[in-house]
Amino acid sequence: MQDERVLKIEGLRASVAGSEILKGINLEIRPGEVHAVMGPNGSGKSTLSHVLMGHPGYEVTGGSVTLDGVDLFGLAPWERAQAGLFLCLQHPTEVPGVSLEALLTEAARAGGRDPDAVRQALVTEAGRLGIDERLLDRSLNVDLSGGEKKRNEALQLGVLGARYAVLDEIDSGLDVDALATVSRRIQEATEEDGLGVLAITHFARLLEVLEPDRIHVLSRGSIQVTGGPELAEQLEAEGYVGVLGDAATEEPETLVGLPHAAGFGEDPFA
Amino acid sequence: MRARRAAAVAGLGDVAHPDAGEEVWRYSRIDELDLESYLPSSQRPTGASLGASLGDSPGDSLGAGAAATVVLCDGWIQSVQVSEAATEAGVLVGTVADLEGGPEILGAVLEAPVDLFGHLNRAFCPEPLAVLVPDGIRLDGPVVIVSHVATEGVAAFPRLLVRCGIDAEATVVEVQTSDDVGAMVTPVLEAIVGRAGRLRHAVLQELGQRVWQMAHQEVHVGQEASVELFHAGLGGDYARTRTDCRLLGRGAGCHITAAYFGDGSQALDYRTFLDHAAPDTVSELLFKGAVDDASRSVYSGLIRVRPEAVRTRANQTNRNIKLSPDAWAESVPNLEIETDDVMCSHASTVSPVDADQRFYLESRGVPTDVAERLLLEGFFAEVVEAAPVPAVGNRLHSGLRAKLDQHEAVGSDAA
Repeated sequence: MQDERVLKIEGLRASVAGSEILKGINLEIRPGEVHAVMGPNGSGKSTLSHVLMGHPGYEVTGGSVTLDGVDLFGLAPWERAQAGLFLCLQHPTEVPGVSLEALLTEAARAGGRDPDAVRQALVTEAGRLGIDERLLDRSLNVDLSGGEKKRNEALQLGVLGARYAVLDEIDSGLDVDALATVSRRIQEATEEDGLGVLAITHFARLLEVLEPDRIHVLSRGSIQVTGGPELAEQLEAEGYVGVLGDAATEEPETLVGLPHAAGFGEDPFA
Repeated sequence: MRARRAAAVAGLGDVAHPDAGEEVWRYSRIDELDLESYLPSSQRPTGASLGASLGDSPGDSLGAGAAATVVLCDGWIQSVQVSEAATEAGVLVGTVADLEGGPEILGAVLEAPVDLFGHLNRAFCPEPLAVLVPDGIRLDGPVVIVSHVATEGVAAFPRLLVRCGIDAEATVVEVQTSDDVGAMVTPVLEAIVGRAGRLRHAVLQELGQRVWQMAHQEVHVGQEASVELFHAGLGGDYARTRTDCRLLGRGAGCHITAAYFGDGSQALDYRTFLDHAAPDTVSELLFKGAVDDASRSVYSGLIRVRPEAVRTRANQTNRNIKLSPDAWAESVPNLEIETDDVMCSHASTVSPVDADQRFYLESRGVPTDVAERLLLEGFFAEVVEAAPVPAVGNRLHSGLRAKLDQHEAVGSDAA
């Protein structure tokens, strides 16, 4: 059991500001698999990604998450990252005065990896993603376009060598070229390195470039439907209402009070 | 000069002791000062070892390539070295009394002391130092002045006069250090920048933990001239700097960039008075500070735009990071605008380390304390980069690193 390689989410329940958003989530992501979690706005998709990484604004009220047998809820966020979890943020935070290299060097040091190898890994990874090397020395995410920020996230994913990646709406704010580049890099990581992927998205568009093995539809805080790639086509054709019926509409209290929603601006695809 | 000093001494009785009730002393620790416990330095100190204050690691080597190097101890001039090139260019560095026309230029910038400490400096400064850069001369290396306080119980009164001539360019770096003594130091800077001159002046304040500092800077900037002032405030028990900058000629400009980091029970106190007295003048002020433990900081700035100062552009920004619940930062930016045709702004913040930024770094595998250090180094990076010479930025960076290491050590002890 200890040696089983899987990101296992069991009966996960979580609250924000006292109201329960996740009401029992079960998912198993194995190395090399791509799972998509789709759902209407307010269904709890972003809550799921933030809870997995341990964002302080969310309270876990039940269930467990293990990464290759390690209990994630016993770890601080930085230790979850060192255990092999990567959260690709919908809106990567701007950090003035801190460069990508400084960040990844400290991450390597904390993980007992060679900090001197970071620069070369960065340059190699930047080449794969078509990132201008000059961007490597700039402040993290400052003055970057939406596409550059997501390439930058994929770059960090590559350098850190994560085992499981949670992609939180990586298709939002991304032009078609950037989406293709980022998705291709993630797809390659699943094939080359056995990266397990949990891609959280509102739109089926992402799934045209990032081919999922399983699709889960999240609504009202739990997985309502699970299926293969054909489910994406059905969602595209019939919408959430067609697939979920009444469960496609949200209970009002889940639409308010999400801490991550403040200041994030409008969803460009909404 | 003797007469000037005698008059100052005679007049001391009439000068009021500052009071925390006055606006300019609000939030200060002036009420804790016991002037009686310090004695003016009456004789030249001997035997002080000062080499360390200049810095000897390669990146910090402030002395390398300097146009001149001066060492002061307890306000007395210990040594003056001027490079051959600077001497040939007619640059004068030395005690005011020895310089031709020296005594007359003292007080030409600062006509009257602004407070008791200005009066004391006028009365007790043993040897005012002058740096005179002739018209049209561009100094390549900096003039480095190490001002050290070495004697227990001393009140030291260093005074520096800088004259940057018409179309001249110069950089002056003051390194303020001390032994571990209880002392008071009241450095006074008078600087004047002639038409189209460019003066950069930096203070690296690295005083010991028991030193009180009451500094005053008075800077006058002429037509199309510019001054860049730089402050690194790391040391001292209570360390105060008041800066008065007057933009007197059309198109004059002033940049002030400052970083300060208080810990323990330190108080770091900055007051700026920016006087836009001519059209088309520009001022840009950036003060960034961190306060840890039970330390305090004050930034209080007044931008005054006179009626004749049309098309003034003035920006004033003060950002503070509070690293401990017991620390305290006061930020008081003020504008006094007497004409319509201006673009002025001010911004001020006091906040803990940004939680979203910290989470972002943590989510990449960086431990919390390291994430905070990265964020703080990042916070100060733009100040470090604004240093007039790289060695000053490096030295500030090392000083900040030492404080952050201390912060991390205390943080992990508590954890």
